Amino acid sequence: MTPDRDPARIIAGGQPLLASAPGAGGHIATNLLAFTRLLRRSGLPLGPGEALSALAALNAIEIGDRRQVHAALRAVMVHRREHFELFDQAFQLFWRDPEAAAHAAAMAALDGNKAPAEKPPPASRRLAEAMQGEKPKPRPPEPEPPRQDMSFTVSDREKLQKLDFEAMSAAEIAAAKQEIRKLSLPFDEKPTRRFRTHPSGRIVDLRATLRQSLRLGGDILKLEHKQRQEKPPPLVVLCDISGSMARYAQILLHFLHAVTNERDRVHSFLFGTRLTNVTRQLRHRDPEFAFEMVSHIVPDWSGGTRIGESLGLFNKLWARRVLGQGAVVLLITDGLDREGAAGLAEATDRLRQSCTRLIWLNPLLRFSGFQPKSQGIRAMLPHVDDFRPVHNLESLRALIQTLSDPRTGQSRRMMVA
Amino acid sequence: MSLPGSVAETQALLASGGYVADKALATTIHLALTMGRPLFLEGEPGTGKTEIAKVLAAKLPRRLVRLQCYDGLDISSAAYEWNHARQLMAIRLAEASGEADRAALERGIYDRKFLQPRPLLDALEGSPAVLLIDELDRADEPFEAFLLEILADFQITIPELGTVKAATPPVVIITSNRTREVHDAVRRRCLYHWVGYPDAAREHAILKLRAPGLPEALSAQVVAFVQKLRDGDYFKLPGVAETIDWAQALAALDAKALEQGVVDETLGVLLKYQDDIAKLKGEEAARLIAEAQAG
Repeated sequence: MTPDRDPARIIAGGQPLLASAPGAGGHIATNLLAFTRLLRRSGLPLGPGEALSALAALNAIEIGDRRQVHAALRAVMVHRREHFELFDQAFQLFWRDPEAAAHAAAMAALDGNKAPAEKPPPASRRLAEAMQGEKPKPRPPEPEPPRQDMSFTVSDREKLQKLDFEAMSAAEIAAAKQEIRKLSLPFDEKPTRRFRTHPSGRIVDLRATLRQSLRLGGDILKLEHKQRQEKPPPLVVLCDISGSMARYAQILLHFLHAVTNERDRVHSFLFGTRLTNVTRQLRHRDPEFAFEMVSHIVPDWSGGTRIGESLGLFNKLWARRVLGQGAVVLLITDGLDREGAAGLAEATDRLRQSCTRLIWLNPLLRFSGFQPKSQGIRAMLPHVDDFRPVHNLESLRALIQTLSDPRTGQSRRMMVA
Repeated sequence: MSLPGSVAETQALLASGGYVADKALATTIHLALTMGRPLFLEGEPGTGKTEIAKVLAAKLPRRLVRLQCYDGLDISSAAYEWNHARQLMAIRLAEASGEADRAALERGIYDRKFLQPRPLLDALEGSPAVLLIDELDRADEPFEAFLLEILADFQITIPELGTVKAATPPVVIITSNRTREVHDAVRRRCLYHWVGYPDAAREHAILKLRAPGLPEALSAQVVAFVQKLRDGDYFKLPGVAETIDWAQALAALDAKALEQGVVDETLGVLLKYQDDIAKLKGEEAARLIAEAQAG
């Protein structure tokens, strides 16, 4: 962070703002700053803009009303629903416990932005009193001693099994990205409702024509044309990471990482016994860093599979949020379901109805003449649009070639017959 | 009428327009008005997001400028469009009268009088407005980029003409049903509020305002039923709009209390998916009715 972007300096220099909150400004600003840092450390994407907005917001409300303060800070500092819980926890802890402010200030100081000596003394007791307003009442009992570990993870889900990952070399990653650029799913280019100027377009672009004509003194010599832009639809990847899929995990994760970074509008989910959205984690350019973050939030590596339940959960929580705009769903699973395919057919059918195209990629069904015996496979097959067995999933290239193959895989009618 | 001076006044203003807001929502709206920032409201369908803009427009009072978003919405439908027919005519006229000065012609062609304002430009010009950008999630991502300038600075830059800035910045309200994630760039320029389902007391108050004449006992049962229903595992839970519709439907059928028969017949007002209706009809509905009547 460059010095002039440091919220501390901006707020310290923001005298006009502070002056409008007489008597409280200095401490509030200091505490807000510590609070901002605390939130940033716990993972909220906050910049100096949010810190300044927060200060302005506190000036606009009755600062004695705790609920108003909470609502106001949340409105300016949080931009998405998923972060509410984290914010609420941090708010409860920070604005109640005077020690927590000191810890946070110390932790922020450790970040190296400022020397500890420059830190003003913790003043959140006074802030807390100021927030109580005219009617001071005894402070509520301390909820629990604040942990020195300020990570504030929302949930303490145990990591059932941590991912042990062998990274690809830089050259392999570069090659993988090259391959991903060649990836084209069936019916991949879809016309959008947006136009761009194009010589062989069929619609006259009047705005461009006029602009062109003015360059020639007003004579229209040539009509400019436009045509619809084409672009690939959003892609949603649902990837099975249960025990039976463990041997493909590495290649699949690299695939997910490359496709999330190379293509526009990709959402990635992992499921075994639970469903985890890993899109944000995989957006990190560095694959090893991304996998490290993924392995921290995914609780169910190489466990059992509850495909039906996971798909049901996806339908309920995510389908409406990520399947808009004609999304294509890529479902990567071997179809071996621990629950005996309970609810699997219904969930798959609902999923197919919510997206434009449901493509199932199965690394298990690689033998010709294979008869699907597993209940899970029999339940899912009638409900997918496209079915692609993968003969050899040892390399990313094989996976991408299979996906880009314009021929559909084995007809599902043959498979279920 | 000037802007409300405190959160309580904001809450009262909304209440006078028939909108029951909880404290967090009132605080956020108050901040949006005071700080002059756009308000981004996200939530399930039928929780009263659009209504906030309508009530604010009616009570501030300001004219309501509404932009309904859809896939493919572009700058010529959202912000402004050049009237090409009139421009071409102007060129012909200039030619006929023998004017050949290119610079003058260019200035003349891109004059404000040839510009047709669409909602975004309309909200900046003229009398103070409440600008409602409804269901932004329905528009595609490229459209969001058009909004960034107006959200940050309440202005629109037209390449051929220059920058149009609002004399009085409009109150901007953006709603989203979250069928798609709206980009962080838009979120960062706005105050954010998640509009959830109301608690029983607030839903009761809303019903009193929106379905007057409903028997008190029935209204209480309807609220209790819907609140219990929302704890269940359904694909699409009913919003407040559905509660109001259902209460009015029951009133229209002269129901005095919740009964199995009339509930089963009117479930389509409350739930909009066949799976959900099939799940609730019969035993499950009977259980919820019993619980609702027990209080």
